[in-house]
Amino acid sequence: MPRRDDIHKILLIGSGPIIIGQACEFDYSGTQACKALREEGYEVVLVNSNPATIMTDPATADRTYIEPLTWEIVAKVIEKERPDALLPTLGGQTGLNLAMDLDRHGVLQKFGCEMIGATAEVIAKAEERDQFKAAMEKIGLGVCRGETVHSLEEARRAAEQIGLPCVVRPSFTLGGTGSSIAYNLQDFNEKVARGLSESPVHEVLIEESVLGWKEYEMEVMRDKDDNVVIICSIENFDPMGVHTGDSITVAPAQTLTDKEYQYMRDASLAVIREIGVETGGSNIQFAIHPDDGRMVVIEMNPRVSRSSALASKATGFPIAKIAAKLAVGYRLHELPNDITRETRACFEPTIDYVVTKIPRFAFEKFPEANAELTTQMKSVGETMAIGRTFKESFQKALRGLEVGSFGFGCDGKDLWGTPEQPSLDEVRTKVARPGDQRIWYLRYALKYGMSIEEIYERTGIDPWFLDNLAEIVELEEELRAKKGIADTDDRLLRKAKQFGFSDRQLATIWSEAEMDIREERKRRGIVATFKAVDTCAAEFEAYTPYYYSTYEDPVETEASKVPPGQEDLTVLLGEDELRAVYLEDEVPPKKPDQKRVMILGGGPNRIGQGIEFDYCCCHASFALRELGIQSIMVNSNPETVSTDYDTSDLLFFEPLTTEDVLNICDRVQPDGVIVQFGGQTPLNLARALSNAGVPIIGTSVDTIEDAEDREKFKNLLERLGLRQPANGIARTMAQARAEVAKVGFPALVRPSFVLGGRAMEICYDSAQFERFVTEAFIVAQGQPVLIDRFLEDATEVDVDAIADGEKVIVAGIMEHIEEAGVHSGDSACAIPPYSLPGPVRDEIREATAAMARELKVVGLMNVQFAVKEENGRPNVYVIEVNPRASRTVPFVSKATGMPVAKLAAKVMTGKKLSELGYYREPIPAHVSVKEAVFPFAKFAGIDIVLGPEMKSTGEVMGISERFSIAFAKSQLSAGTLLPREGKIFLSVADAAKDHLVGLARRLEKMGYELLATRGTAARLEEAGIQVKRLKKLQEGHPNVLDYMFNGELKLVMNTPSGKGARTDEGQIRAAAIANGVACLTTIQAADAAVIAMEAMREEEMEVEAIQDRFPHYGAPQKP
Amino acid sequence: MSRTAKLALEDGTVFTGEAFGADGEVDGEVCFNTSMTGYQEILTDPSYRGQIVAMTYPEIGNYGVNDEDVENEKPHLAGFIVKERSRRSSNFRSNGRLDDFLSRYGIVGIEGIDTRALVRRLRIQGAMNGVLSTTDLDNASLIAKAKASPGLVGRDLVREVVPEIATAWEKPLNRLSKLHGAPGVAAGSDAPHVVALDYGMKWNIARHLFDMGCRVTILPGTATADDVLALKPDGVFLSNGPGDPEPIVYAQETIRTLLGKKPIFGICLGHQLLCLAAGAKTFKLKFGHRGANQPVQNLASTRVEITSQNHGFAVDGDTLPDDLEVTHINLNDNTIEGVRHKRLPAFSVQYHPEASAGPHDSNYLFGQFKAMFA
Repeated sequence: MPRRDDIHKILLIGSGPIIIGQACEFDYSGTQACKALREEGYEVVLVNSNPATIMTDPATADRTYIEPLTWEIVAKVIEKERPDALLPTLGGQTGLNLAMDLDRHGVLQKFGCEMIGATAEVIAKAEERDQFKAAMEKIGLGVCRGETVHSLEEARRAAEQIGLPCVVRPSFTLGGTGSSIAYNLQDFNEKVARGLSESPVHEVLIEESVLGWKEYEMEVMRDKDDNVVIICSIENFDPMGVHTGDSITVAPAQTLTDKEYQYMRDASLAVIREIGVETGGSNIQFAIHPDDGRMVVIEMNPRVSRSSALASKATGFPIAKIAAKLAVGYRLHELPNDITRETRACFEPTIDYVVTKIPRFAFEKFPEANAELTTQMKSVGETMAIGRTFKESFQKALRGLEVGSFGFGCDGKDLWGTPEQPSLDEVRTKVARPGDQRIWYLRYALKYGMSIEEIYERTGIDPWFLDNLAEIVELEEELRAKKGIADTDDRLLRKAKQFGFSDRQLATIWSEAEMDIREERKRRGIVATFKAVDTCAAEFEAYTPYYYSTYEDPVETEASKVPPGQEDLTVLLGEDELRAVYLEDEVPPKKPDQKRVMILGGGPNRIGQGIEFDYCCCHASFALRELGIQSIMVNSNPETVSTDYDTSDLLFFEPLTTEDVLNICDRVQPDGVIVQFGGQTPLNLARALSNAGVPIIGTSVDTIEDAEDREKFKNLLERLGLRQPANGIARTMAQARAEVAKVGFPALVRPSFVLGGRAMEICYDSAQFERFVTEAFIVAQGQPVLIDRFLEDATEVDVDAIADGEKVIVAGIMEHIEEAGVHSGDSACAIPPYSLPGPVRDEIREATAAMARELKVVGLMNVQFAVKEENGRPNVYVIEVNPRASRTVPFVSKATGMPVAKLAAKVMTGKKLSELGYYREPIPAHVSVKEAVFPFAKFAGIDIVLGPEMKSTGEVMGISERFSIAFAKSQLSAGTLLPREGKIFLSVADAAKDHLVGLARRLEKMGYELLATRGTAARLEEAGIQVKRLKKLQEGHPNVLDYMFNGELKLVMNTPSGKGARTDEGQIRAAAIANGVACLTTIQAADAAVIAMEAMREEEMEVEAIQDRFPHYGAPQKP
Repeated sequence: MSRTAKLALEDGTVFTGEAFGADGEVDGEVCFNTSMTGYQEILTDPSYRGQIVAMTYPEIGNYGVNDEDVENEKPHLAGFIVKERSRRSSNFRSNGRLDDFLSRYGIVGIEGIDTRALVRRLRIQGAMNGVLSTTDLDNASLIAKAKASPGLVGRDLVREVVPEIATAWEKPLNRLSKLHGAPGVAAGSDAPHVVALDYGMKWNIARHLFDMGCRVTILPGTATADDVLALKPDGVFLSNGPGDPEPIVYAQETIRTLLGKKPIFGICLGHQLLCLAAGAKTFKLKFGHRGANQPVQNLASTRVEITSQNHGFAVDGDTLPDDLEVTHINLNDNTIEGVRHKRLPAFSVQYHPEASAGPHDSNYLFGQFKAMFA
């Protein structure tokens, strides 16, 4: 059965902004689906609010709508585009829920749009607990005993039946939001209440706890003919009780016999058939009792998921691509396996390596949050590593995590043998508690000699995994017994590498230099071998060059044996070289006339470094291909498009450390390496790579460092006659005190060489200063701390520019909505600027160009300016310059229609901007607003106020002809529901009260009911505005929380009062988040919101495809 | 203390690793299995007689061994190759470790070698003979022995693994082999009677026959048609077994006589013998099919089954007599995976519907067999 001819146009819904539980894996799946469907000749319409995605590139789909993901807006897209079908299973939970909404509201029926892949009935059966459980019981599969409830009272009755501890799981949320384990009744009551409020259908499942059971996942695919295959099995290192997104997971399953594995396979087939997912991929989770093997089905996702992205990267099987093709009628065996070419997609991948995924957390950003891992997902990213053994992949994954560790201990982060070494008692407690640091305590437990049995008893982690960790620790002891590398024989050194030990760990163990270790082991011929990921364990030849490194024992071969068909290689390489590399190492040798350029990716997502940089890396790769240069991608993040097997010519799934990158360089011999696009990760490697002789292309490493060097930068600005806030640099506390005396308060304190504003704080007095500087020194890890005069009430401006060494083109000037002091990543911003006067823009342009020229930038540059009214005129200050791709590059590209990242990559290979047909700054005809999206809802009770430390995980974009509507769209996309009517609570700092009067008057005019406490109310009443007075929290009732809990309050405008005393306010803001009430925390955001609310009364939000806004996207400019 | 072991191939390649299991020296055809689970079933599958088996999945021994997951009374393969043998077993059914299991049965194992490099050599150059030794560690000597190893072609390995006497089989499938339903119980005397000709049969076949409510009698594969008919079977089953089917002429003779007299179902070697008996020819595959992920299409239904396979020889489609019709093909290389006799009640498959190790997609074939009983 070939492709369906009765449908022509297909709608895909993306997953919106990056949030915890839904990250760039859906950009990966959506992008793959777009490519797959267009390859088949279908017209693809895409809706997604997230500008940082590759899928929203004008070239990815035929019709791209960067619009809010609400059913009303998507209905407009459907009305306009009239797609024949909607494929709902590739946009995460957001896409699935939206498809269900469209179905429920009759939109699909009205416009004759068919749901393909999975129908509404199927989705409901899989997602609604009762239906799912009934289905499982029907096919005789075990499930956790449980009951669905809609009130606290019902919940208590259910708990009596099921017993405590039990799981409290709200229905229809993503990433397990609100899902947790209740240990006692008080706990239970709280969790049920929160769960009911978080579930969009006010439904909670009270379920038997399977805490401590072994956890597994199966990735399943099915076609129209009911052919079903398992793509991958995954075993969780952390047992049940920790959300799978927060667990260390391993593929394939390690501790199941074939009998048990096949039983689980049979169950998976039965589940997908019973639920009725017609075509595509599903993910099914199982728990197995470790003592008797009892198996229960936990849940099923009738769509591609984070785990399916992991499974795709782990096996080489492109689940999303195949799912898209199955949805349009193909059967599995009609599709080729792209990796082997000669075989078909209807098979089950088999792998000959072990894959380990480790989640990355951001608790340091939310110190008030509870860092214990539960069934609600809290991680913000993940890294995956491939090795020939679990030990190797595990240690590789730990260094790929980029948290300063270079394996399982024995590095700068290792507390063992230091004064901070935890006591045995502390270790006993900490291993028992799942958390982001537990893995290190497992090692300390082993170092203390705790038995595998005891650790298993305390953690529930399978003894097989624990024993592998023990083997690593035992080898560490063996290595420590040697005096140094000179004292270590080849056998032991090779074994250490095979166990995944990094050169850095060996260097730390022996107090030697990392590069000396590297040189010595290379001298001894102990070098990395690169193996291919091929879906078939080498049974067939692989054509897709997707590699990982490992260390193998050498194979001895009699001379003159060249594999048949490979004779031409001998000419190229010489026989010796061929024998050495060909069969063991699978990377194709570089041909003499070939140019290769390597792009270093951004590693695991974290706050401050995420999909935006993956977007840049992918574009760099596309640009290189366009130039006929072989592109080589290095990255360790399985969620990304950059690690898709066909994004680059060669893909290395490797940790981004100096050692791992140099190993690849040794093998592929790149003509250039791009470090500008992957965020801070590659920049941190740039110096070491450059010192090792790696050709870094684009802006030089010296320049990158100079821009970070405060003294040099200060001199540069002085030379150019540019203004900078008073500033200083300190390496010690004493220096810091001296500097702040010169700079004055308020002062901004931050560590250098750190992205995302980590430990960046504004200090208003010396007490705060002492505290924050201490923290900054810790985060800086030996680098100096920067102290700047903080410019209050200044407007922040971000500029992205491209330079080719001669010509500089400003790509976009972004005016921030929030004042300077809120991290640029957390601030909303607009292109073009909505309030900056023309002369100020010109001054900014000139300053940008001057700096780019002076720094000899080749590639991208991002500048942050602050514009402050002083003595009646706006003064432009330079805050910071970063000669690299910034987080805003994809937003700028989509706001202006200029393919910024691609151009920059081409410039870095030596092309001139004029040669590429670009001459000037693009001035868009419409307004684009970027808004940040925050994970506050995942960390109950924390204050949400914005500051210099970045806290957002993602972003959305609103586009319109008018700023007001663009801003309104951005708010809607970000989930900030600006109400059309109802009660609004106002509470602002004294300084802003005058300004508030104007806003309140306009709100009153629009008919909103205003609430305020004494101070604010008095000021408004004085101005003749009607306002309802509420009590302060400590004064009793009614207070603002009562209105919030009753669901009457629609909006909170609450700005922090400068410094300290955040408790009352903080509580209100946290409650707003918990109750889904929009909360604006800066006066500027309130301003913009009021403008948007006024505009929303005057005009409807219209939708427009990006291809209509930029009909000539990517085409050169006219000279 | 670790012991050194070496594996030498006839092409002159030598892999040095660590020994596990028994000490000694063995030679045979080196082959690889891509199944990620089921090493205990693979170890005890008599079809591996004369072969040194490499597992492509690198972590082996993780779940230990148990008394249930065996396909014969002892391992039959010549030697066992893994990337890494787990020193600790973890599974609720485990009652022993892999290396102890190999030692107990005198099987030589090697670990720590670049198994992927080995597999790539076998894929590119085809199946090769090799020698695995813990006693002789001299490369030149080992390579000479590998070159001298007789290989599989033309040898009758069946005689080395057939049971000595006829037995009645009365053991059900493992409870994990069925998603639901109780294990099989002994059938009454009026139940259909299957005679299984054992050429090195995997026990899971017998378990399947038992579970579908049959009385099962196992006869040595050397039995004659008269021996079989004397038992008055309702159906005759032809089992899997090791090596080259061509030299097993006695079995072909028996099958030729039985054809048309009783319903016949063959698996793997049994399938090849049935085809040979019907006039087809077999040939040696470049490196065989061994794993649990081989896609097979049922031509009648067009559905695809993911199958367990273990064979180095296959039926040559060009030599198929008119009486035989192809029912199943391998989607990887389009080789014949199943045939049926057009006039007589006989069919066979090249793959393993009894699975173990492997998926259960093809269980239905046992029902198809039973449906043929008068």
